[in-house]
This record gives sequence, C-alpha cells and structure tokens, in this order.
Amino acid sequence: MEVFRSHVLVCGGTGCTSSGSDKIIAAMEEQIKQSGLEREIKVIRTGCFGLCEVGPVVIVYPEGTFYARVKDADVEEIVQEHLLKGRIVRRLVYTDKGDHHDAGKPLGEIDFYRHQTRIALRNCGVIDPENIDEYIAFDGYKALAKALTEMTPEGVIDVITKSGLRGRGGGGFPAGTKWKFAAAQKADKKYVICNADEGDPGAFMDRSVLEGDPHAVIEAMAICGYSMGSDEGYVYVRAEYPIAVKRLNIAIAEAREYGLLGKDILGTGFNFDIHVRLGAGAFVCGEETALMVSIEGMRGEPRPKPPFPAVKGLFGKPSNINNVETYANVPQILLKGAEWFRTMGTERSPGTKVFALGGKINNTGLVEVPMGTPLRTVIYDIGGGIPNDRKFKAVQTGGPSGGCIPANLLDVPIEYDSLLEIGSMMGSGGMVVMDEDNCMVDIARFFLDFTVEESCGKCTPCRIGTRRMLEILERIVEGKGQPDDIEKLERLARSIKATALCGLGQTAPNPVLSTLHYFRHEYEAHIQDKKCPAHQCKSLLHLEITDKCRGCTACVRVCPVDAITGEVRNKHAIDTDKCTKCYSCIEKCRFDAIVKV
Amino acid sequence: MKTLAELEKIRKDTLDRINLRKEDKDDAIRVVVGMATCGIAAGARPVMMAFMEEAGRRNLSQVHVTQTGCIGMCRLEPMADVLLPGQEKVTYVHLNPDKVRRIVAEHLVNGQPVTEFTIGTAEGKTNG
Repeated sequence: MEVFRSHVLVCGGTGCTSSGSDKIIAAMEEQIKQSGLEREIKVIRTGCFGLCEVGPVVIVYPEGTFYARVKDADVEEIVQEHLLKGRIVRRLVYTDKGDHHDAGKPLGEIDFYRHQTRIALRNCGVIDPENIDEYIAFDGYKALAKALTEMTPEGVIDVITKSGLRGRGGGGFPAGTKWKFAAAQKADKKYVICNADEGDPGAFMDRSVLEGDPHAVIEAMAICGYSMGSDEGYVYVRAEYPIAVKRLNIAIAEAREYGLLGKDILGTGFNFDIHVRLGAGAFVCGEETALMVSIEGMRGEPRPKPPFPAVKGLFGKPSNINNVETYANVPQILLKGAEWFRTMGTERSPGTKVFALGGKINNTGLVEVPMGTPLRTVIYDIGGGIPNDRKFKAVQTGGPSGGCIPANLLDVPIEYDSLLEIGSMMGSGGMVVMDEDNCMVDIARFFLDFTVEESCGKCTPCRIGTRRMLEILERIVEGKGQPDDIEKLERLARSIKATALCGLGQTAPNPVLSTLHYFRHEYEAHIQDKKCPAHQCKSLLHLEITDKCRGCTACVRVCPVDAITGEVRNKHAIDTDKCTKCYSCIEKCRFDAIVKV
Repeated sequence: MKTLAELEKIRKDTLDRINLRKEDKDDAIRVVVGMATCGIAAGARPVMMAFMEEAGRRNLSQVHVTQTGCIGMCRLEPMADVLLPGQEKVTYVHLNPDKVRRIVAEHLVNGQPVTEFTIGTAEGKTNG
C-alpha cells in the first residue's frame, strides 16, 4: 500500500476551474516536487465542494484545513509552511463571519455545511472523479452488485417506489412509478435516458454531480436498465459543460474497462452500455420528448403526450427518462433501503434536494438540504444572508418555469407541493435571491425574454403568446404601460398555460403570474405613477444632486455627455434631458450626493 | 471483467489509501514527528519516511503521520509523539529508522509502547 501522509484536495469544478484551480494544481505539483515531497503528499483534483463563492478551494488532509480564495501565488506558502513544516497558513483559512477561530473549523462545522445533508453530492469534493477506484472505495457499484446478484427487477422497482423518490428535474413525478411503467412494456428494445440538459439560468447541480461523481449516475442507469429490462442508455448533456462531458466519458471508459458496463456485467449475464449525446444548447431539449427527438438526430421539438416515453419513447421504444440528480440518489437508496431514505425530508417529498444558490447572497454555491427545510434556513443560515446590508425582497425558484417567493413566505418548507401552492415550483433547483434593488417587473421581463428566445416555435400559444406578453412587459418597464395591461397579461398567461404543447410553454407565464400576485403594487406603480419603486427601470427614473454635494466637480469631469454643470464648491445640477443614466457620476461621487428618483 | 470479490478488494484497498480524508477520525493513530530545523538536522525526515513506509507495508490505514515544529528539547531529536485512541501520549526520542520499525510493530500494531525509546527512559538515564 502506498501511503501519503497528506492529501491535498483541489476543487476542479467549473466554478473553481474558471477562477484558476488548474494553475493551482500545476503550481502545487511543481512546488511539491521542488521540495522533494512527492512521496509524502498527494494532490487530488475533485469535483465541486459547493462553496463556490470563496473558490478556488483547497482542503488539506488529515488536518482537514479548508483554504479559501487560494491564488497560485499562495501555493508556495502553503507548501513551504503547511506541507513541509506543518504550520497552517492562517490568513488563507476559511472562517465563518464573526468567527475568530484561527485554525478554522472542521468542514462539517462550518455554517455553510452544518445544515446540509449530502446524498446526491456525497462524493463531490471528496473523491477523485477520474478514478473509479475511489468511487468503489465509497461503496460505489455495490448497489449495482446487490441488484444484480440479490434482487429481482421487481424488487429493485419496489424499493425505489417505497422510498418515495420523486423526479429531481422539477416535475416531481415518482421515479418508481415511472420505472414500473417502462418495465411493464413488452418490447425487443428499451432505453434508459439521463437528462443532463440543465438549462435553467442559475442552476448547476447536475453539472456538479457529473463533474464530481459521474459514476453514481452510470451505476444508477445500469440499475434502472436491469429493473426495466433495457441494455442501452443515453446521457443527453449540454455541450456547454465541457468538464462534465470529459469526466463522464472517462468514467464510462473506466466502467467498461472494469466490466461494469458492457456484456455480462459481474458475471450475471446482464448487459448494459451507455452513450453520451451532446445537446447544442436549446432550452427546450430539456423537455423529455424534445430531448429524445434530439437524440434521434432531429430538430429538438416536443411532441404531445400521451404516448408517454415509457410506452413510446426513444426510437419509438419504451424508455425511462430521469434527471441526473434523481439517478444520483438511486445507488444509496438501494444500499441503505427505502426506510432510510424516508427518514429524511417530508412525507410527500422524502430525501434531500440540491439547490444552486445565486443572486444577491453571500455564499453563492451548491447546497443539499432535506426536503421540508424552510427557505429561511437555506438563505440565511447556509447562504449567509444578503450582502451589503440590503433587505431581502424575494427568491426565485424553478427558473423560467417558477415564480418569485416574497419575504413573508420565507418560512414555507421547501417541497414540491408547498412550492406549487404558493405559485412557484421546485424546478431543477435554481434559487436566485433578490434584494430591494431588484425590480420585480423587470425580473418577470427577463425570464419571459428568456422563454421567448428559447421557445421552439412549434405551438402557437408559446411562440406568439409569450412574445405578446413580453411586448406588454417591455412597454411597462419603459413607462408606456396602459391601464388594462395587467388584465391583458393575466388573460394571456391563463390561455398559454392551458393550451401550450409542452412544459416550457405551460410554465412560461409563471414568473409573470407570481410577481403579479405578490408584487402587484410594483406593476401598478410602473403603469399608473410611471415610477419604478426599486429604481431599476431607466426610463422611469432620473438622477438628482442633493445638498450633500460639495462641488468637487468630480462628476462633471466623468460625465460623458456634459449633463452636469456647477461652480467649484457649489452644489451642482444635472440636466435630465441630456443625461443618459450611465451612472458613472454615482460611482465617482465620494459624498453619495447623487440619487436616483 | 471484474468479479464481485475483485470489486470488494478494490474497495478495501482504496479505502485504506484514502482513509485520511474521513472527517471523523476517532480510530486514528496519530504519529507526530518533530520537523523543525533541529529535528531535520538530526535526521527526522528518514524517521518520518520510515513511519510512512512501515505503515504502508503493514496496511495500517488508520495511522496518520503529521509534522510539528520544535518543542524545545532539541538535544533529544529526532522525536515523535504517538497517540493511540483513548491512551496517553507517548513521546519517543533519539529516533532512527530501525527504532521506528520496532515502534510500529510493538506500539502501533500491538499497543505496547517501546519503553526503552521513550522520553522518560532517556531522561532518567541522563539524570541518573
């Protein structure tokens, strides 16, 4: 056995990679070599640790020291001080706000991780995703072995059904029921499909699972194949996720080499193999029927259901399609049992859910919490609250299909049904936090702009209806809203929801409906008073100089259109007709004398 | 193609290798080697390497070898502390790779401290 006295884990998720973790790994290996420590220290590139806000992240074991915001210039100090002499580099250690514990706390005690329960993400940031042995070490492929050697296909489906696992892609359909439908079909060929076409703005949990623990998805797909009688699977993943695609391909090759994919797996006579298909970035291809059409090589457009994929799916054959995170839960459920899974979460939504926290929040990152956790815990205890002492206004869940949840509903437990009841939805798990500076009408316009752009154009309600809604929203934020616009929006929204062909169109009006429900006064202020309460809509505001002005002339010099006039040491004034609202004067003013009104 | 038994073997071997990364380390045996200038000058690096090699050879995945700085008794270097769960710390002095191999066999594996290499014995001798 080769023993290293220390393991240095460097995050190789997309977030940390984009802030330079590749350079850190290279510098680390170079420094370790120079210091003659190659036989003592091992550097491992892992998947996402979750706390992307403070990346790049480096963890040194056995101490478990958590270094945050590491730059390649810091590497020498870490190697020379910590790795060579055993002295922790205190200035780089992550501490919770208001914490003066110098050496930092164990990972599990940091606020961000304390409230989390990790099932889908259990291996992310712990194992080397490009090394199948490390996955096997943490009970990897044990569930597949158990299914193949000790369980019947019906037994597998029974456990998944009893666990109450629901689709983590957003719909929340019970996975066991889906598997049962597909298993009941008689056909010469069936397919297992993994939906990794994660398209919601702000969601990145599927990417992180594929980057950090790709074997979990492969194992689960093989288990699903066994349960429904399929020998072939497809992973449909976005081409925009190059690291995830690379690691998935490596993992598939490793699994084939070990005979965990291919013919006669583990000598049981069960055959299963997986192909990867890249999506070209169309949001609609995350819709299951469009996704299958795209795998078949045609233009990604949805088709009406029924027939459901379980009856007539990919290439016209019975197919089961689940999301990445749903699959990532499966091996654990099979190993530990349905009862264990039900000890977490709520009665109607057992287990955990991964959320991608973003927007106006201190700890941007990836969190996994038991279902039923209140939004407040996720946003304040884990997310660390709103930066710059601003006030929380709303949280958007479910991306372009979801809605905005206002402050008075922060204690609502997060689960599929409770979120639907308050006019939002779970969605794939994007959670975008907004503060008082966000205009809710503008947010609705942003999401609708996205759906208009991404509508495939096959059905009229979605193609034309969403476009008409967007036009109304655009004129409202420009200050040209008409008195009956709110009514028109509501009427359009209702008919689109009722008549659109697929999930994309049926849910597209949700951001508008939920903001209309909770923030109607903002719409009214835009339309009737021609004011934007959040001071975001440029057409509805102008800049003014207050009495705080000392006449320093800094703003005069920075204004690109010479809209500001005034004598030195006297209060200045802005010509609002000339002003283009570029806000460069606000940035320049040292006295906070320029305000939006 | 791997069989179930082979899979289990990979699991065990790799787990030993990456045991270091576990968060709760209740069963860990900690070996802390003094690696300040005084220790290194007296030969602490071969001592530490001997601990690691010996632990590796015997598949002792619960042994964590770490470093510390100077604890002030430079004349007794190379030194190392051995901490078994639930037991008093034992400090060994004047170490060399041969002594380390005995310590691993008798103390780390069998739980019997090698009294003749401990600080108590060494100090007792010099004082007496």
